[in-house]
Amino acid sequence: MRVGLFITCVNDTLYPRTGQAVVRLLERLGCTVDFPTAQTCCGQMHWNTGYGKRIEPMVAGFADTFAGYDAVVTPSGSCGAMIRDNHPRAAARAADPGLSARVAAVVPKVYDLTEFIVDVLGVTDVGAYFPHRVVYHPTCHSRRLLGLGDRPTALLREVRGLELVDLPGEEECCGFGGTFAVKNPDVSTAMGADKVRHAAGTGAEVLCAADNSCLMHIGGLMDRQRTGMRVVHLAEILASTAG
Amino acid sequence: MTPPPTFLGMPPFPEAARSAVSNPQLRHNLRKATHTIRDKRAHVVGELSDWAELRAAGAAIKDRTLRRLDEYLVAAEAAVTAAGGTVHWAADAAEANRIVADLVRATGETEVVKVKSMVTQEIGLNEALAAEGIRAYETDLAELIVQLGDDLPSHILVPAIHRNRAEIREIFVREMAEWGVPAPPGLTDEPAALAEAARRHLRERFLSAKVAVSGANFLVAETGTLVVVESEGNGRMCLTLPETLISVVGIEKVVPTWADLEVFLQLLPRSSTGERMNPYTSTWTGVTPGDGPRDFHLVLLDNGRTDVLADTTGRQALRCIRCSACLNVCPVYERTGGHAYGSVYPGPIGAILVPQLRGVASGKVDPQTASLPYASSLCGACYEVCPVAIDIPEVLVHLREQVVEGGGHRAERAAMRAAEWVLDDAKRLRTVQRVAARSRRLLPRRAPGPGAAWSDSRALPEVPARSFRDWWVRERSAPPPQPPAASPQPPAASAQPPAEQNRIEEDDR
Repeated sequence: MRVGLFITCVNDTLYPRTGQAVVRLLERLGCTVDFPTAQTCCGQMHWNTGYGKRIEPMVAGFADTFAGYDAVVTPSGSCGAMIRDNHPRAAARAADPGLSARVAAVVPKVYDLTEFIVDVLGVTDVGAYFPHRVVYHPTCHSRRLLGLGDRPTALLREVRGLELVDLPGEEECCGFGGTFAVKNPDVSTAMGADKVRHAAGTGAEVLCAADNSCLMHIGGLMDRQRTGMRVVHLAEILASTAG
Repeated sequence: MTPPPTFLGMPPFPEAARSAVSNPQLRHNLRKATHTIRDKRAHVVGELSDWAELRAAGAAIKDRTLRRLDEYLVAAEAAVTAAGGTVHWAADAAEANRIVADLVRATGETEVVKVKSMVTQEIGLNEALAAEGIRAYETDLAELIVQLGDDLPSHILVPAIHRNRAEIREIFVREMAEWGVPAPPGLTDEPAALAEAARRHLRERFLSAKVAVSGANFLVAETGTLVVVESEGNGRMCLTLPETLISVVGIEKVVPTWADLEVFLQLLPRSSTGERMNPYTSTWTGVTPGDGPRDFHLVLLDNGRTDVLADTTGRQALRCIRCSACLNVCPVYERTGGHAYGSVYPGPIGAILVPQLRGVASGKVDPQTASLPYASSLCGACYEVCPVAIDIPEVLVHLREQVVEGGGHRAERAAMRAAEWVLDDAKRLRTVQRVAARSRRLLPRRAPGPGAAWSDSRALPEVPARSFRDWWVRERSAPPPQPPAASPQPPAASAQPPAEQNRIEEDDR
């Protein structure tokens, strides 16, 4: 199976180690991973901020870059949801009349990392070792838009040494929301402060999630508040081994 | 007399929200109230195995009705008229207020009692009547608290949600005497005592009122029947005791048949108050000799609704049955309360309804209105609970496009163009990443200017030594072609030790 990795622009630029973890993990699980370097961005920031009519090049770029793969895997719930829900909408009003068909061909092959591992590879024990107390925050788009359900926690429960504790109010948004975080910084921070308070109250060392943009916000707050907690992308936990 | 409180002149949402999130009492009241209703709703909705089907039916009935709204409205008008009522059509708030004021004046009365109604707040009816020398008395407990406190509503269902019982007691003790029956001596802040004080205060009002003004939750077209759904019985009093009843109803409230109504009478109570069945459901059809009001007037209000109907994405907002489930689950509303939205319709539904009613599609709205579609993190909790499946995040994004196309946000548009230039091309993206990586030691962890909105409360992420792309190209694939000579040299490059640029790590960050 030829797996194309859609790393996302945020991970590519700021969190390369998440991408390296995805590659390590998928190769360990027997996949051949390719990173087509023509990829850039799914267009989510533009779309969600009101510039959706300008993302046709990004939508076309994604569809064309990943056309030849059996599966496209991404370690970002919100980017995965952007492609699945909104690329067809963007293509429907694009200047290029052929774009909708190309988007429709690629979208069913796009998987969140956890969907790919659990549903396609049929694995929940990925052979990971991570001896820490961890809470999992189901990010809004991975939970409500992608419907990842219990896939992430099913994977985490099989990790050796990992103690998974419940996060109170897990269904509540962390307050990132893309440009919301800077357009409404006070509300965003108030939401994030509650998320951090809930997480810190569990005594966990690590908060993990399937989306680094939410983690950038939560981790940035934890850093400023000197909570002693850290944020780690789910992929990095699943990739880590005792060796 | 002090001027009535008003939402006019409210600052844009982020500014209004700033003071709200810093108010510990408000935050505490809101968290407690929203979580209580939220949990109650989740419990009773969870009891129904066919909730998803009911929800889909509610959405479908509303959509079907809206598609043929003109026909159903004419049918409703004919049925109301045949049953002895009089129907008036109002294009906007001013016309509706004028009609109601004239109808009240024709009775010779200077006081009216009111059933809780969102639409009369939308049009500012109380203020318009006051200008004509007519005093409108709110009879819903929460609306009474708001009116006595010279306050503004902050929630659709529980407009005094921002008040706790100690504050309510204080308002009753201070204000009731000026308006009628005073608060009893020694009033405590026990809910039962507060309710009894309100009951005594209002009872006199119900018995003396000759004119009542209401809204309606539904208008059943096939029989011309109006429906009011309420919890306290004050509505039943207002709808049956006075001689004249005037109902102001938005044109989107029509449902074709009683069979359609049945769906909403299941959806609404569970979504709004978290009850299985609504306590007081009043229905009336025109007038009935010897029973209830002798004179009934229905004012059908547009006030921007037909413009909303013309927008194929935005029109789903007209499905709304004002249950306020979206407010109760909204993480933004929970932290700001309703006043920050600057309208009688706060929360997620307000953020999509108000800009449309105020004409955001025209590109000419004030900054406060233009800020509303951005008052959301797009978390989707509102859509999840909406009993008529309004995809509020979809409409929010749609309205953001209208704000942008209306010419707002000049600096942001320039930044977005710049981002497009980078993100439309992988080579340009890689160049920018390399510049950032080489100057990463110079980048601050607190940002100046607009970046402070991020870094005042959150550390900025550290820029890694190499992007993923760079790592992949060097480690995992064949050497790339040499970058073109025109590739810009980052100014910080010379400040970096050469080893920094070529260092190879597994986890370089």
